[in-house]
Amino acid sequence: MTTTQTKAAVRPQADVPKKPVRRRREGAAWVFLSPWVLGACVLTLLPMAVSLYLSFTDYDLFNAPNWVGLRNYTQMFTEDPRYWRSVGATLTYVVIAVPLQLGLALAVALALKTMRRGRAFYRSAFYAPSLLGASMSIALVWRAIFNDGGTVDNLFGTGGWVNKPGWALFAVALLTVWQFGAPMVIFLAGLQQIPGELYEAAEVDGASRWRQFLSITVPMLSPVIFFNLVLQTIQAFQVFTPAFAVSAGKGGPADSTLFYTLYLYDRGFVASHMGYASAMAWVLLIAIGAVTAVLFRTSRSWVFYASEGDR
Amino acid sequence: MTTTTSTTVARKPLDWRRLALHAGCLAALLVMLYPLAWLLATSLKPANEVIASLNLLPGKLEWSNYKTALDGVNDVSVTRLLTNSLLIAGGAVVGNVISCSLAAYAFARLRFRFRGPLFAFMIATIMLPHHAVLIPQYIIFNQLGMVNTYWPLILPKFLATEAFFVFLIVQFMRGLPRELEEAARIDGCGPFRSFFSVILPLTRPALITTAIFTFIWTWNDFFTQLIYLFSPEKFTLTLALRSFVDASSTSAFGPMFAMSVIALLPIVLFFLAFQRFLVEGMANSGIKG
Repeated sequence: MTTTQTKAAVRPQADVPKKPVRRRREGAAWVFLSPWVLGACVLTLLPMAVSLYLSFTDYDLFNAPNWVGLRNYTQMFTEDPRYWRSVGATLTYVVIAVPLQLGLALAVALALKTMRRGRAFYRSAFYAPSLLGASMSIALVWRAIFNDGGTVDNLFGTGGWVNKPGWALFAVALLTVWQFGAPMVIFLAGLQQIPGELYEAAEVDGASRWRQFLSITVPMLSPVIFFNLVLQTIQAFQVFTPAFAVSAGKGGPADSTLFYTLYLYDRGFVASHMGYASAMAWVLLIAIGAVTAVLFRTSRSWVFYASEGDR
Repeated sequence: MTTTTSTTVARKPLDWRRLALHAGCLAALLVMLYPLAWLLATSLKPANEVIASLNLLPGKLEWSNYKTALDGVNDVSVTRLLTNSLLIAGGAVVGNVISCSLAAYAFARLRFRFRGPLFAFMIATIMLPHHAVLIPQYIIFNQLGMVNTYWPLILPKFLATEAFFVFLIVQFMRGLPRELEEAARIDGCGPFRSFFSVILPLTRPALITTAIFTFIWTWNDFFTQLIYLFSPEKFTLTLALRSFVDASSTSAFGPMFAMSVIALLPIVLFFLAFQRFLVEGMANSGIKG
């Protein structure tokens, strides 16, 4: 205690103790960071490098990896029809599920915004499925509801969706749509940040509600829309549990729910082609990176940041 | 006089709109809750009623479904499965709260070299698909002899690998007034003291959010458990449910969904107890991002 007091007393005259203090703080920062640094190196960077190496090998976990050059990639792109079916299923699913989910989330958020009583209740109630939906329990429920003789079959007489190649994917997409609560909550928080004066001014100018939505709500909300779009797209690429449950882990019927992750699991952990699965993982990584980059690139033309407008 | 009539005239269509809004929300809610109601009802139905009728309510309550479910799967009781699930989720919660708050404090408050690039890297790992690192991680844990143990499921959480939570806590800490630490520093607190006695207590809401989300996500996790655990006595509830996936006969429906209800119960309880933290935590993640 006394040393710090003398230091404080000395400081105004001489700047001597300043540097060691800063160095000690820098050291402290690395102590705080050490678990993260270790994790980033050992569990992120190193694995990425290793999987890049393995993607050029034949590896079954038991024998040493055998260098095969680009063969995994050429086989994947030119000789494996199941691979392309998995790409097709994943893209179809992303393109159907994400816009539907975000559209519903935005619509419900807009409805709840105008509500005075009951908003908190509905917000929580609509949010609940996002927490439950990722579970195996709900995936099993989904399979039963959309199966032959299940609720959907009985209601619409369409037969079970999960056994029809064209329909099974849609059942999985609906499970994603069912979990619209998380983006909805984010939209609602974004909507509440839009200053009310903007709408009042528009009202005075005689702007219709639709006009207000297009000229105020959409641009002011665009950063949040963008955030949700990126996040949900990345997540949709990685969906696994519902496809596994709906198709008993096989991606059927006729590979229609053979999502990329499911096929990767099948190649790597069922068939023990770790090299091939690593190549698949790297293509997924690059694909997700490319999609994100495209989203960021297009965002310049439609995402509006209020703070930039001030400049 | 004229003003009062005009207000009543103006108010009336507004009430209709609000009524329609509530009716719409209520209808949407009923559709959304249907799968949950169906699950609860089916868990109590006798085998012959499951497929035959559209009737949601069971004709006769079949509590024996739960009795069968409690016996578990592959000679492993539900209590055991529940304990395993709790152990993994609990370990993940402790790991995430400790490691993510430590890293977050450095990013939010301390100065060090390469802070900008490292922060950007940390944010980028939020978007990194898990599958890109999965196989080598599996190989590493395999080399360490940790496959079929809980280490691969818990250890990564102690190394702040879930960057989403680091980011969440950073955002929260940035909102705390800097004067607090300056006051602490003048009182002679180093970075460690001021972290533990000043910042950490104030960060409690973000830590609770982290803990609850970690618990729920780990509890629901299927993929990681599927690849790392293969002895039935180490299975979690999620993995035990998986063994029903292959069985397509409807005779197992009652017990299977009874077990599903048991597996969802902790999440539902967490949600009811902490819904404010969960909804606010989710809302804040987007706004400042």
